[in-house]
Amino acid sequence: MGGEGEGLLVRRIRDGTVIDHIPAGRALLVLRILGITGAEGYRIAVVMNVESRKLGRKDIVKVEGRMLERGEVDKIALIAPEATINIIKDYRVVEKVKVRLPDEIKGILRCPNPTCITRKEREPITPVFRKVSEKPLILQCKYCGTLVREEEIPGLIT
Amino acid sequence: MTTPFKGRDVISILDFTRDELEVLFDAADKMDKFMHRGYVPKLLTDQVVSLAFFEPSTRTRLSFELAAKRLGAVTIGFAAEESTSVAKGESFADTIRMLDAYSDIIIVRHRYEGAALFASEIAESPVINAGDGRQHHPTQAMVDLYTVLRLFGTIDGLTYGVLGDLRYSRAASSFILGLTRFKPSKVYLIAPPLLKPRPEVKMVLDRMGTPYEEVDSLRDVIHELDVLYVVRIQKERFPDPEEYERVKGSYKVTLKLVEERGKDSLKILHPLPKVDEVDPALDNSKYAAYYEEARLAIPLRMALLALISGVEV
Repeated sequence: MGGEGEGLLVRRIRDGTVIDHIPAGRALLVLRILGITGAEGYRIAVVMNVESRKLGRKDIVKVEGRMLERGEVDKIALIAPEATINIIKDYRVVEKVKVRLPDEIKGILRCPNPTCITRKEREPITPVFRKVSEKPLILQCKYCGTLVREEEIPGLIT
Repeated sequence: MTTPFKGRDVISILDFTRDELEVLFDAADKMDKFMHRGYVPKLLTDQVVSLAFFEPSTRTRLSFELAAKRLGAVTIGFAAEESTSVAKGESFADTIRMLDAYSDIIIVRHRYEGAALFASEIAESPVINAGDGRQHHPTQAMVDLYTVLRLFGTIDGLTYGVLGDLRYSRAASSFILGLTRFKPSKVYLIAPPLLKPRPEVKMVLDRMGTPYEEVDSLRDVIHELDVLYVVRIQKERFPDPEEYERVKGSYKVTLKLVEERGKDSLKILHPLPKVDEVDPALDNSKYAAYYEEARLAIPLRMALLALISGVEV
């Protein structure tokens, strides 16, 4: 868990979740996807642009006092496909999993097509995207069929 | 005998298998025979069909209305958003809920892509997509494929050219997607650079292994074609009027070109309305199949309504 540089910046957490191997610069987007604003009261450490053997540079997010569920963390594969989730109990990693993008993503992303029904005001509808390819990552809007490529995804996170 | 169509939504032509489309075409043949005989059984008596046209239409709305009425159904509906409470700010979802309570089948056209799918998630009654923005127009594709079948006795083994605004035309996209359910010899996608087909349409062609090629000019391939499917430039879908001005009038099928280079047996289809992309001199020629195509919309849509209602055809 963690890169060499990060130990210098943030101390280890006792109980909680560490999300490692986030592409550099995307830690804040990861928090946004997880719906963590900081107002929840958890102690959160965001470490950005530290050295990584695997990614060159990477970000790390530590959330103390909260064990994130698989279903909620898998969504971050949208922007951090290599991320690993470490569940920490009493300073020790008790579970380590890689994120895996679900076949269907509800909410989170706005459809880029301005005439998609999900973009119509005042309609009770949630955008849904389906995974059509993993590498390269391509998603398709369930409603209007528009294809979304990996590089467009960060700009579509709501 | 119940059919696999009973109670189904019709959102995309890809919702249907080849076998199901063949069941539909057989039923359309029967409906056409009824009409020729001058006697149509009232298979939809006491059924209410809603025609919810949030976007203008001539043929699709009239042919659905006529199809429903010839089968004995009652129709209700509207032909423009301005004449509904949507103009007062009512949501699309609420309008659909109301129609669902009033009717047995809802036929919907809307300028937003995905509107019909969304309607089908809200409504308990089956929803038929009569066009959602640039995306799908499944019943037009059914009419088009049925027309080809009637003209050639087969849909397989023919060479097709689809000419025009392949980017914004839902009829063109749906026809192309419909062809992936059959075994065309080849499909030429003929469009000016700004009007090339959308990537999601080509993705389906690739996945289905349908042989196709994108070309810029009709002149280069017309001699190979059995069917030429032409669509107008969809002016109303261009986000930028200047972009429309750049492509306006960029393709046209003329009688001269067809006579000089086309096969003698070439048939030209067009979902209509046509503007200036087909030379009016072709209208009375042996090549023009678009008026027959418009006529066949009636038996085809009668067959679809009957099958969706679950009555035996």
